Amino acid sequence: MTTKPGEYKGTGDYIASADLQNIVNVAVALGRPLLIKGEPGTGKTLLAKSIADSLGLQLIIWNIKSTTKAQEGLYVYDTVQRLYDSQFGGCDVADIKQYIKLGKLGEAFAADKPVVLLIDEIDKADLEFPNDLLWELDIMNFYIPETKETIAAQNRPIVIITSNAEKELPDAFLRRCIFHYIEFPDKAMMRQIIAVHHPDLDQILLGQALEMFYTLRALNDLQKRPSTSELLDWVQALALGGVKPDKIATAIPLLGVLIKKDQDFATVLDQLHQKGSGDKAPTPYGVHNR
Amino acid sequence: MFIDFYYRLKQEGVPVSLTEWMTLMDALARGFAFSSLSAFYFLARAILVKSETNFDRYDLVFSRYFKGIETPEDILAAALAWLKSEKPLPAAPPTPAALLAQYNVEELRKLLAERIEEQKKEAVKEKRGGPFWIGTGGTSPFGESGSGGGVRLGGESNSMSAVKVAAERRYLDLRDDSITGVRQFEMALRALRQLSTKNEAPMDELDLDGTIDATSRKAGMLNIVWKRPRRNRMKVILLMDTSGSMLKFAQISRRLFTAVNRTTHFKDLRFYYFYNCVYDRVYANANHTQPVNTEHLFKTLNPEYRLIITGDATMNEHELLRPGGTISWNENNELSGLDWLKRLAKMYPHAAWLNPVPAANWTHYETIPPIREVFPMFELTPAGLEKAIQKLKTR
Ligand SMILES: Nc1ncnc2c1ncn2[C@@H]1O[C@H](COP(=O)(O)OP(=O)(O)OP(=O)(O)O)[C@@H](O)[C@H]1O
Ligand SMILES: [Mg+2]
Repeated sequence: MTTKPGEYKGTGDYIASADLQNIVNVAVALGRPLLIKGEPGTGKTLLAKSIADSLGLQLIIWNIKSTTKAQEGLYVYDTVQRLYDSQFGGCDVADIKQYIKLGKLGEAFAADKPVVLLIDEIDKADLEFPNDLLWELDIMNFYIPETKETIAAQNRPIVIITSNAEKELPDAFLRRCIFHYIEFPDKAMMRQIIAVHHPDLDQILLGQALEMFYTLRALNDLQKRPSTSELLDWVQALALGGVKPDKIATAIPLLGVLIKKDQDFATVLDQLHQKGSGDKAPTPYGVHNR
Repeated sequence: MFIDFYYRLKQEGVPVSLTEWMTLMDALARGFAFSSLSAFYFLARAILVKSETNFDRYDLVFSRYFKGIETPEDILAAALAWLKSEKPLPAAPPTPAALLAQYNVEELRKLLAERIEEQKKEAVKEKRGGPFWIGTGGTSPFGESGSGGGVRLGGESNSMSAVKVAAERRYLDLRDDSITGVRQFEMALRALRQLSTKNEAPMDELDLDGTIDATSRKAGMLNIVWKRPRRNRMKVILLMDTSGSMLKFAQISRRLFTAVNRTTHFKDLRFYYFYNCVYDRVYANANHTQPVNTEHLFKTLNPEYRLIITGDATMNEHELLRPGGTISWNENNELSGLDWLKRLAKMYPHAAWLNPVPAANWTHYETIPPIREVFPMFELTPAGLEKAIQKLKTR
């Protein structure tokens, strides 16, 4: 018999907005994959862990790379090992079963309790990859011709899929999913997120840092806007470095922690300079002045 | 008619399907949405809209359609009425018959009716007048509470707030109108990664076919063959004209390449800008405040880089042919624009020029033919891009 998972309510280490919590529960109840999009660092990957923790379920992570094939998620037939064994003996090569290794999707199906399956960064794979997964995700089983076995899910796994790109996923795939876009946190929510990671931060320092962070994010023309992860690193570095809060608005200490690209570095200094936010701003770095 | 909501979404350009619409009915029948209209707002959006670029369209339709509907039971009633009506499923592909088989409409009707009954009882029990909703706890996943973030919706007096929030059009910036056929462009650009297996990568992936081949040639003596994995070695410079109407194309190109880069992972991807023509300097940003010496590119970016230029290649002849022809007031080029283009082409033998001007009109402009002699030029269309990619793969 299938066991019903409980209700997702967020976890202490993960701040989930009310609508995100609701959507998670709807997706679970409808038995549909939940597709999560959002800027880098908005907590897409972490969500799956939070769901697993909150519901007390095992988390299985399938990290997608540009070369990942849908088939690998089901099972891999280790022909090389079998070849070796056939050459050098040792094992009974007629027993094909021992050369079949379940992929992440296969593992999720085979589990005897419901699990959370995270398919992370699905957009990295080939454009057809999501379509290739559709069928198995729908019927929740697959057949292994080599062993004449069917792997069927006893419990529908909770499938969380993340995507980073503006790139479009195939329509047929999208129709099957529930969709949620994690918006970039506003200041209030960001305070909560930071509090999770650095509970003892000086509030004045934090206020100044947030102010500057959101100013930077609003600049035009950044190749990569600083994300939550960078902000977390930055506030920690500021605190460790004993930086005075009033320094932040004028000199942007440790800017390199927030801004990684040379071009962006120059853009930041340039634009802030133009805005007149500091005559004290250091000369742009990384620009090839005439 | 409730189904009008569906049609209006379609009209506005949201690619919603009947499958999704029926999923929404399913969710309603199971009682998932009715702590408030705002809960319905999120539920319907999560099921019907699959890209944040369409959130704005959804908001538009939602704010207009639900203006008069103040209480959630109105929606339940509307949904039930629609399911009860003579022809609940409009004839549209996929065929209604297939859909009807997939969803048990009779069952949905029954469940919806039950939901409505439940709501009434709930209201009597709690002695609430006026609008009432089920599930401020209990089985509905749409509770009223919850912390932080996003729009705060829900709560007693908020039956209108979903409409108000929708009317605020907070997702306007996420719209994608300016770009058409993005997927087609992506398909074409994706071809760029096939270049990756060529040379440097270490041979550390098993070549199964090769192994079987070699093994059988050695009469069954195992002979494992390795090959180079599909790693992307591609390095790309995207050089974009930002003059006049070209700025729009520069933004599109940049967005496209950024998107593709997330999935294909070029080894390196550089963006630079110019105005009409390339001279001593290009710029690291589109508003031209960060000059980079063109010579500096030559020194730092080797000839392995594929050079893709987007521009209309139309300008005053002087700008192209004369030293000092640049129209930027703070520059003065000693080499003519055309000479700079030739230097670029010589430095980067893998190069292509993408031009949004239709190819049929290229001969109408004086400056296009000479530039075409320097760079292979292609129309900035999915088809043209595909040809350009082919060109970039070969020298
Ligand atoms: N809502 C949140 N609550 C707590 N921490 C968060 C939250 N959102 C982001 N973070 C922090 O930001 C980091 C990045 O989160 P995560 O890796 O899940 O983002 P992502 O959206 O998957 O990013 P990417 O697109 O780069 O994969 C996390 O390690 C965590 O420290
Ligand atoms: Mg992630």
